[in-house]
Amino acid sequence: MTDPIAYDAQPRRPAWGVRTPLRKSLSTRQPILVAPPPPLVCISLAQCPGGAARATVAPGQRVLCGEPIGEPTGAGRPRFHASISGQVTHVEARLVAGLGAPVPCVVILGDGTDRRWPGYPPDPGADGRSSGDLQAGLAAAGLLGLGGALFPTAHKVHTATGAPVLLLNGTECEAYISCDDALLRERAASVVAGGRLLLAALGGQRCIIAVKTDMPQARVALYNALQACGDPRVVMSVVTAKYPAGGERQLIELVLGREVPAGGHPADVGVLCQNVATAAAAADFFLRGQPLISRLVTVSGGGVARPCNIEARIGTPVSDLMALAGGYQREPRRLIMGGPMMGVALPSDDLAITGATSCLIAATDADLGPAAEEMSCIRCGDCIEACPASLLPQELLVATRAGNAAELATLGVTECIECGACDYVCPSHIPLTRHFIRAKAALAST
Amino acid sequence: MRFAADLPPQWHATVSVGGMMRTVLYALVPALLAHVWFYGAGILLNSGIALLAALATEAACLRLGGKPTAPDLFDGSALVTAVLFAFCLPPLCPWWVTVIGMVFGIGVAKHAYGGLGYNIFNPAMAGYVLVLVSFPEAMALWPAPDIGDLDYLRPDLAATLHYCLLGSLPDGLTIDAVARATTLDSAKEGLGLMRTMDEIRANPGFGDFGGAGWEWISNCIAIGGFVLLLRGVIRWHTPAAVLGGLLTMATLAWLLDPNTHPSPGFHLFSGGAMLGAFFIATDPVSSPTTARGRLIYGAGIGILTYAIRTFGSYADGVAFAVLLMNVTVPLLERWTRPRVYGRAG
Repeated sequence: MTDPIAYDAQPRRPAWGVRTPLRKSLSTRQPILVAPPPPLVCISLAQCPGGAARATVAPGQRVLCGEPIGEPTGAGRPRFHASISGQVTHVEARLVAGLGAPVPCVVILGDGTDRRWPGYPPDPGADGRSSGDLQAGLAAAGLLGLGGALFPTAHKVHTATGAPVLLLNGTECEAYISCDDALLRERAASVVAGGRLLLAALGGQRCIIAVKTDMPQARVALYNALQACGDPRVVMSVVTAKYPAGGERQLIELVLGREVPAGGHPADVGVLCQNVATAAAAADFFLRGQPLISRLVTVSGGGVARPCNIEARIGTPVSDLMALAGGYQREPRRLIMGGPMMGVALPSDDLAITGATSCLIAATDADLGPAAEEMSCIRCGDCIEACPASLLPQELLVATRAGNAAELATLGVTECIECGACDYVCPSHIPLTRHFIRAKAALAST
Repeated sequence: MRFAADLPPQWHATVSVGGMMRTVLYALVPALLAHVWFYGAGILLNSGIALLAALATEAACLRLGGKPTAPDLFDGSALVTAVLFAFCLPPLCPWWVTVIGMVFGIGVAKHAYGGLGYNIFNPAMAGYVLVLVSFPEAMALWPAPDIGDLDYLRPDLAATLHYCLLGSLPDGLTIDAVARATTLDSAKEGLGLMRTMDEIRANPGFGDFGGAGWEWISNCIAIGGFVLLLRGVIRWHTPAAVLGGLLTMATLAWLLDPNTHPSPGFHLFSGGAMLGAFFIATDPVSSPTTARGRLIYGAGIGILTYAIRTFGSYADGVAFAVLLMNVTVPLLERWTRPRVYGRAG
């Protein structure tokens, strides 16, 4: 008899990709640490791609936790909320974690009371509401794709309305990052509830929650939550722990065997992809009346004393989270936001986190390995085997160096997902992805 | 606290060009030992001379090109080229032949095309083919392997050195006393004289499949090849296609008439077949990068090797086949481009 909860009999194994050390158990040994409201937050109003939101508060104004502070300036842009209660001190452009240039921010000095804004009453009957009502709710909640792209959820759901499949991504294929794993272990019911709400908002027929072979506790917890929920439309799928199996297009290919056309969207093949944390955040909004004011952040690496997962308010300075994780040790070489493959090394720990901050790694030499010198390409072809988009990185490199735009387009540089798998395996240590990012930008600007 | 900002990716697998080259050298150790066992220390001498010539040429070319000598000089590629080149040479070989081959292989085939990563031709094969066509007598002088026969006369280290430095054997030793035609030569000559393979194989120089002694060196090379496969330095496509192409041709001909065609096993274990399949054709720089390209490229080498051995004027054809297929690589790369994800076929 087939298991009604399992979507597939065997883990889905990709032909491409790389196996990296995972080191996730560093941060999953202890339960999620719920951080107290920090004394100060700096909330970016430009977290998602596109324009910034307009601040609706002024310096000196008092705000409650969860109160709107930024309203969207265009269709499909999200609303932003105060993540603590207190007094607005600045509305100005500041640097935040992960962005190279200053963005409009609202700085709030906390009053320590953490009083909640009463404007969003919980709605226990939300899954009976219409698709339109639910989409409006997602927009009000200011939900962003918490997998890292921060694409506004309401807009993404709206443009995919009617797609039959909702794919919830809990695969988290980068090393060190374990916040989705921790979320599924401890709050699987919330993910399932959020998945059903997103499915109703989408008007879809089936919700598949994808997890990885290397997260056994999360799989058990999710399995139990699905059994308790008993909704036959929600099932789980297991994919092999290989990077970048958790990429949106890669996961759709692995789980559903469908290929998103170049330049297209998952909705073109009848799929909406959302992170499991986004689903849990949707459940938090509809069932608890809490807009997007916090997220789970993995704090890990050999350079931090007690690696763990922290539920942190958006806008918390990185240094506060480092202190909660026991502070630095062994002189970290880099402070990475995100995973070691796609994450950026931050210049400082006084920057504030955004919704995209899934992970902070205080990385020592032992974490990253020795820095290596770049040499000539020897055409070994290992990058071709690693590439999840079936590109030829070594030929793209030649075309990039030659500045041959036509050849770059023919070879498909626009389909590069910038996962870094080619860099990772390159025996000549060529920074391929950086070349391709520049080439893509140059192509886009012509 | 301040940190150094950096773009992704932040880390890297522990692989390097130097590491790959080291693995190739380790994989050649069993075959080197077998070579010394059967033919004496000649290959070590030739490797050393070839390495010195290769490094000197490489350093000169880097200097001429205005490039820094480190790290390219010490990436191990010159050492690999030198040892592979020495595997092609007879154990008794005058030093200037070795030097000329390496100067051409490294200086012209490698650096005139831009150095490591840009060369069209395999440097070891280019150097070998140059000396093969320029010094046919020197290249034809293969001493008999030490396979325990009674009349065997092994040139000792002193004799090997003497020949290497002066181009002649010391008094009391003659070329005819130590040299013996290779089995590929015997087969070619014998078949040309309308003898049958059975008659030809009566020669004590023949072993189970190929030449006695040499087939054990071939075995050791294959073992090294499997080490490379297991360590992920090479992929299966190229060696499988080379050996498959050679085997297919040899089997077809042999089934047609086993009297006038050497057995498939003979082709596989003679001459440069194993070395070519596992160590030469798999040279990443001068071979295709795509899986389909490697299959076509390898099959081409196998088929051409058979054709040159059978119809050409040289006894072995691996080196020529490799160079000929090297030329096709840009074309193969273009033909075998995989379909980009999300794009129509």
